[in-house]
Amino acid sequence: MSNLYFTKEHEYVKVEGDTGYCGLSNYAQEELGEVIKVILPEKGKTINKGDEVCYVESPKESAKVYSPVSGEILDINEKLEDEPELINSDPYGEGWIFKIKITNPDDIKALMDEEAYKKYIEG
Amino acid sequence: MIKKREQIVFKYSEEGKKGYSLPPLDVEKKSYIPENLLKDENKGMPEISELEVVRHFTALSHMNYSVDEGFYPLGSCTMKYNPKINEKISSFDNFLMAHPYLPYSLVQGNLKLMKTLEDRLKDLTGFDYFTLFPSAGAHGELAGMMMIRKRLELDGNSRKIVLIPDSAHGTNPASSHFAGYAVKEIPSGEKGYLEAETVKEYLNEDVAALMMTNPNTLGVYEKDIKEIAELLHKNGSYLYMDGANFNALMGYVKPAEIGVDVLHLNLHKTFSTPHGGGGPGAGPVGVVEKFRDVLPVPVIRKKDGVYYTDFNIPRSIGKIRSFYGNFGVLIKALVYIMELGAEGLKKATEFAVLNANYIREKLKDTYELPYNTKTLHEVVFSENSFKKFGVKTVDLAKRILDYGFHPPTVYFPLIVHGALMIEPTETESKTTLDDFIDVMKKIHKEAEENPELLKEAPHYTPVKRLNEVLAAKKPKLKYKEEE
Amino acid sequence: MRYFPHGKNSIKQMLEDIGVNNIEELFEAIPDSNKRKTEIDFKPKSENELMEYFKNLSEENRYPSYKRFLGAGAYEHLIPEVVNYISGKGEFVTPYTPYQPEVAQGTLQATFEYQTMIANLTGMEFSNASLYDGATAAAEGILLAWRVTRKNRFLIAGSIHPEYLQTIQTYVKNLGIIIETIDWDEEGRVSKGDFEQKYNENVGGILIQSPNFFGIIEDYSWIKEKIGENKTLLITAVAEALSLGILKPPSFYGADVVVGEAQSLGLYPSYGGPTLGFITTSNKKFLWELPGRIVGETVDADGNTGYVLTLSTREQHIRRERATSNICSNQAWCIIRASVFLSVYGKQGLKELAYQNIQKANYAKEQMKKRDIKIKFDAPVFNEFVIEVEDAEKVYNSLLEKKIICGIPLKWFFPEDTKSILITVTEVVSKEDIDLLIKELEEIK
Repeated sequence: MSNLYFTKEHEYVKVEGDTGYCGLSNYAQEELGEVIKVILPEKGKTINKGDEVCYVESPKESAKVYSPVSGEILDINEKLEDEPELINSDPYGEGWIFKIKITNPDDIKALMDEEAYKKYIEG
Repeated sequence: MIKKREQIVFKYSEEGKKGYSLPPLDVEKKSYIPENLLKDENKGMPEISELEVVRHFTALSHMNYSVDEGFYPLGSCTMKYNPKINEKISSFDNFLMAHPYLPYSLVQGNLKLMKTLEDRLKDLTGFDYFTLFPSAGAHGELAGMMMIRKRLELDGNSRKIVLIPDSAHGTNPASSHFAGYAVKEIPSGEKGYLEAETVKEYLNEDVAALMMTNPNTLGVYEKDIKEIAELLHKNGSYLYMDGANFNALMGYVKPAEIGVDVLHLNLHKTFSTPHGGGGPGAGPVGVVEKFRDVLPVPVIRKKDGVYYTDFNIPRSIGKIRSFYGNFGVLIKALVYIMELGAEGLKKATEFAVLNANYIREKLKDTYELPYNTKTLHEVVFSENSFKKFGVKTVDLAKRILDYGFHPPTVYFPLIVHGALMIEPTETESKTTLDDFIDVMKKIHKEAEENPELLKEAPHYTPVKRLNEVLAAKKPKLKYKEEE
Repeated sequence: MRYFPHGKNSIKQMLEDIGVNNIEELFEAIPDSNKRKTEIDFKPKSENELMEYFKNLSEENRYPSYKRFLGAGAYEHLIPEVVNYISGKGEFVTPYTPYQPEVAQGTLQATFEYQTMIANLTGMEFSNASLYDGATAAAEGILLAWRVTRKNRFLIAGSIHPEYLQTIQTYVKNLGIIIETIDWDEEGRVSKGDFEQKYNENVGGILIQSPNFFGIIEDYSWIKEKIGENKTLLITAVAEALSLGILKPPSFYGADVVVGEAQSLGLYPSYGGPTLGFITTSNKKFLWELPGRIVGETVDADGNTGYVLTLSTREQHIRRERATSNICSNQAWCIIRASVFLSVYGKQGLKELAYQNIQKANYAKEQMKKRDIKIKFDAPVFNEFVIEVEDAEKVYNSLLEKKIICGIPLKWFFPEDTKSILITVTEVVSKEDIDLLIKELEEIK
């Protein structure tokens, strides 16, 4: 069983204990095309599940990223400033966008696991 | 022979070449300015002869598609013919050489011209006042939203939110933002227009205004607009109408009569002034009586038979740019309006709607219409009929280039997947439309039979598909010699 | 109607194909209650009638027989005929914004060349593809500084063009941005004393103009020295772009952003518009914060050089309310004129043209000084300067009677100043006319 959970808007959270790494799913990055810019959120900010937290952009699109869970942003992936394409090449690894302290573990339950998400995108 | 490529202008440069002639200086040369304020040389500027400059720009002109060359059905852009007499008249010496700070007594012609244009726009729309100075549609929106804010502020509460349908032009939310408002998106209904019932749900005491485009970006007339205006007014809010699509309404609807409070027009769309590769335009704003005191300065007035500009309007939103806007554009619009007359403008609207409906009828069995509602001056198709072949809207658009037409607006409005938005305008003949329709059908067939042909398109343009990712990731915005 | 290519048969055929009886039926989509209630009645005119009407109207502008010493943000310069010839081509006049770059390389490459030249003239690395005018460019410059510094207090030299200041105030007042102006000193330059009193690290940006509204060339390296690395941006406005042909560029003084008006580079005064606003910077971090369109170089599928609109997500059609500006239509066609103008004048011509402005204006200034006409500020000027008389409006009006427009009484902008007149002398004014102005001024001052 993987530790990846997904939203209907195609964000994921990779859960590690009470923290999680958030980013865009592989499906989302494929749909968006080559990423040219990431507008990162602010470190230290407390956010709610579903908040519009940051933006991932291809040449002609600015995709909103909604937080899959509530919590405090512990870290942001500054590497994306120079290498936004990591979102395309390694969405679940080096392409993470922000790390969050999960304040409400129940948030995870409302998300889809990998299998459910696979079904969802096959629609 | 037409060149497909032209080197950068700087490559013609060579020390000692010269493309200008200046009269001799008729005053004695002296050194007035301390050396430390002067530069050594104009680094990075070329030295070229006149003929080389002519050839360079002529070569560049051959790489442009334009209305003069052919059909340009960009939805929402109203790419109608740009009459040549407009250009001639706007370049009369007495217009061109007029300095904006000349005394009124010496520029009565200019002031009268602007006042006349205001009057004609009032005739067409029913508004009480017009300001002609916004330099583009978006500039008009900004001025209009600032007026709404100022009016509300004077009445005690500027409020916080502007409602904007999801089908709106991007300028609407951006302009509202820069007028200090938060934007709330409101869904347009299943039938392709905003329903009064929906607006009701969104109204509260924070709502300053609703901005809507009518006909909207699907080409659909906003049927409920009158009722929506009443709801807004009851709520103490205002109705802003984006008049980008006014080409569908001339002679049929006066927006002020149906409850619109503030409206901008795009003279470079409806009123035939050329787009110039992206500008200059002009975005005059019409308002009802209530907004008289908050109009931007100056306001053109007439007293004892003399025109003048009044800067003394204490509650005005202020100045929105220098001087009197894009005056040259205003001249062209007035020439057009006067040439056509009221009847002619109505005819323009009628033929625009006829042409759009003809294209809709002829293509609706090939391409998918996302909404079945009747449309006026433009028609929007979705990607659904060709997506299954692995072809995207962008591929289709690029293939249209190979057939010598400009593609429609693509991927807009955002509420239609892979939208193709077609606005033929009234200045196209049935023959042209038929040619375009044939090409659209042919390409659809190609999409099914040979999708690669589309994916690699265009094949016959001066350059092939350009790498936009590279352009954005490694921005190169100026030429450097050493490269 | 000559613009509608609809023959009788076509109309009939089209209506039949659509399945309606007449054109009015197509308007059934509009509820009757929405349809026009009042008549619109103005008659059409033929081409000949229009030419006559507008010729007459243009002749109601009676200024051409007057000698003019006008500037203040709109200038008359010698424009080579080739500028009119090229910019009049339908291929430049009648396309839309280059959304389909494969069939718009002409506009795109010309814009890239313009960006290069305006960046080089201002001493910067990056330029956008135009803004409406100098005033809105100044406002956009302040908004850029507001976004990147996240500070909301700005200092603006009181000696910038008053219309620029007013426009900035209109643009910022709903956004929580506070503007304070800095006085000018006895020489007409930005006052160091006032600056020091008002400046602190909470200031997001300082905007000054050079040459300033009084024509004076500012020497402002000291501002950058004062603000150091304090995250306060220095923004320079240039209302007379021709001055860039001979004066040290804003980059020399440490400007972070340059904004301004390039009407001087190939556009006629045209009663104040169309104009050509510009914004340039060298800071890579500000690239994504620039307003408006930007053209960039790239390659096509075959590896050939080509040009596209780039960094587009900044703009309203993509980021919508999060865009860096609401601008959509800009002044693109004016860029063609500026590109041709800059190409033919080039490295030497711009300098010569600018030099003639300095020579003529300073000749006028020096001669006036000799004849005891009071020069209000004695610092070095480019092509305009301020004189002081007992009653500026009276002088202005008496000269007007003699068919001389001697300049602009500053009272129009600064109501308390009843004595000053801003006089502009560009290369189009002859020595003879300058001497005449001086003679007349001497008589009535």
